[in-house]
Amino acid sequence: MRFFRTYLPQLTLLPSLILVIVTVYGFIALTVVISLTRSKMLPRFDRWEGFENYLKVWNHPRWEVAMENFAIFGGLYIGLTLAIGMALAIFLDQKIRAEGALRTIYLYPMALSFIVTGVAWQWLMAPDLGLERAFQMWGWESFRFDWIKQSDLAIYCVVIAGVWQASGFVMALFLAALRGINQEIYAAARIDGASTPRLYWHVIVPALRPAFLTAIVVQGHLAIKSYDLVVALTGGGPGFATELPSTFMYEFTFSRNEMALGAASAVMMLVLVTILIVPYLYSELRDER
Amino acid sequence: MTSITRMTAALLGATALAAPAVAADVEVLHWWTSGGEAAAVSVLKDDLEGKGTGWVDMAVAGGGGDAAMTTLRARVTAGDPPTAAQMLGMSVREWADEGFLGDLNTVAAEEGWDEVVPPAVQGFGKHEGKWVAAPVNMHRPHWVWASASIFEELGLEMPTTWDEFFAAADKIQEAGYVAVAQGGQAWQEATVWEAVVLGISPDLYRSAVIEADDAALRSEGIVESFEIMRKIRGYVDPNFAGRDWNLATAMVINGEAGMQIMGDWAKGEVINAGLTPGEEVLCGVSPGTQGAFLFNTDFFAMFDVGDDKKEAQLQMASSAMSPEFQETFNLAKGSIPARTDVSGDNFDICAQKSMADLAEATASDTLFGSLAHGHGQPASVQAAYLDVVTQHFNSDMSAEDAANALADAVAAAQ
Repeated sequence: MRFFRTYLPQLTLLPSLILVIVTVYGFIALTVVISLTRSKMLPRFDRWEGFENYLKVWNHPRWEVAMENFAIFGGLYIGLTLAIGMALAIFLDQKIRAEGALRTIYLYPMALSFIVTGVAWQWLMAPDLGLERAFQMWGWESFRFDWIKQSDLAIYCVVIAGVWQASGFVMALFLAALRGINQEIYAAARIDGASTPRLYWHVIVPALRPAFLTAIVVQGHLAIKSYDLVVALTGGGPGFATELPSTFMYEFTFSRNEMALGAASAVMMLVLVTILIVPYLYSELRDER
Repeated sequence: MTSITRMTAALLGATALAAPAVAADVEVLHWWTSGGEAAAVSVLKDDLEGKGTGWVDMAVAGGGGDAAMTTLRARVTAGDPPTAAQMLGMSVREWADEGFLGDLNTVAAEEGWDEVVPPAVQGFGKHEGKWVAAPVNMHRPHWVWASASIFEELGLEMPTTWDEFFAAADKIQEAGYVAVAQGGQAWQEATVWEAVVLGISPDLYRSAVIEADDAALRSEGIVESFEIMRKIRGYVDPNFAGRDWNLATAMVINGEAGMQIMGDWAKGEVINAGLTPGEEVLCGVSPGTQGAFLFNTDFFAMFDVGDDKKEAQLQMASSAMSPEFQETFNLAKGSIPARTDVSGDNFDICAQKSMADLAEATASDTLFGSLAHGHGQPASVQAAYLDVVTQHFNSDMSAEDAANALADAVAAAQ
């Protein structure tokens, strides 16, 4: 009985702990092992390649495109959602009327899955069907918006759809943080004679640092994982112009029978996430101490 | 007899009684889920159930079989393979190489499969002298589908050379239609490319695609094929990227576009639109490929299952290979039977042409597996071809660069 009383917290955590260790860390380890083998259609552990597969991934033209796209998409997606989210949050924080309704409107895209966003934007951006056609029918004959059909611009379509979906979420994060700021700070700054832009730039925005961190980490890992949006929006095309690391990983593992290469690319994605998460964890843990 | 042994005996007896009921089931993994295809599969199901063999359906839709193959991998890795799985030729070969497929030789010998199945198809259905998979159809991917109304209006004939093709395309474009209806997915672009290569010469297809010979891949012929691709690109409307093949077919059916290069599954769309292939939508083989034949075949690959399921498996193989099933199934699917002794009387004229051409190509040894449809190279190498073809088609890459990139990519994927 005493045993149970002493160890009850540990015991209740045990099942989920085992589950996480096996299904998360166990399979991460398995993926790393597979990435070192010569697995093709099925995992095989009888022939070893060492780090050969990583070289192959980095030398693959598709991976090159995927990394380039990830830099464009990741950078713009995080940057724009942060900028737009923050702007919306600050505007909503001006004690305006119907704030609740507006907040809901901005937040709603988040309720959709990326697949829905992807399909809807695919229609909107298809030149023969969406915005281009609509504007032309309204009389703006020379209007052109066919980025989604152009190899070098299609990735920006993915950015647009992603930003549309996620800005509201970032807004909610910042709005919550803004509401957490002590009202006396505003008053104090006013008394010191700070103008509104100065107030925000020098006082409020620095106070939002934790919200920034959260937003960057959440958006960053979404950017790396982003798969469904691309699949629904462009199918990776035109050609493979909108390839991202995740579509590369899926394609190589499951349709090209190059499981070892797919696993190697998955490990590379893990490394990317780690690069993003570790500074965050570090600062969080330091604050706790 | 003690009570325990009696109980054991009773249990054994019960298992023995229960066994036939379990044994008489076949579990079939496939991705024939669309209307016509599903109807075609149920023909086989009814036939087997009439013979006392139950059918456990495992239809996994999506991704042109990708989803089904992923499911299959999970099942086999878990040590629980289905009785049979729908597969394309190269997959059959890869699964057979891994040693997971069973042996159909008893029924194949009894029914003389060796005599009725074209040798090129046998090359996929047999592994080291053993039949491992039953072929059910033959599709031909290199057709030109043309709008009869546009062709009549402009007085055009079905082109037999690329020069004629482009001359016709010019006229169609001048008349204000889209000349070439093209979908924008890698496999569709590769479907056109392999037709172009075969049209340049069957020997080029053999050396550059089937044998993946480095010198052939860098040769003049392949450069020419990419030049033709670039010209075709000029006749495709700008909105093609990402378009599904059936939407491109619909453009031809609706008289918005003149021609589409696509496999004979396009007939399904024509028939669904209430039209007759060969009348409102004309069919002809792609330029320069008369006398040669690319194919892709759906197989029922038979897994190495326990003896208790063996009998039902052989039963299913036999039914799938029966001329009656092959006729019904292929009438629904738009393809032609994988056995050459089925009469073409009930088929449309496009299929009849396919059957005649098949015999001709078999005799002249110009019958090859289709690269774009899983019968030319293993998945990893096939993907290398598709990458370069789609990259060239969707950029301004030069034909020489494309040929060299192709040779490099293929060498890297080997």
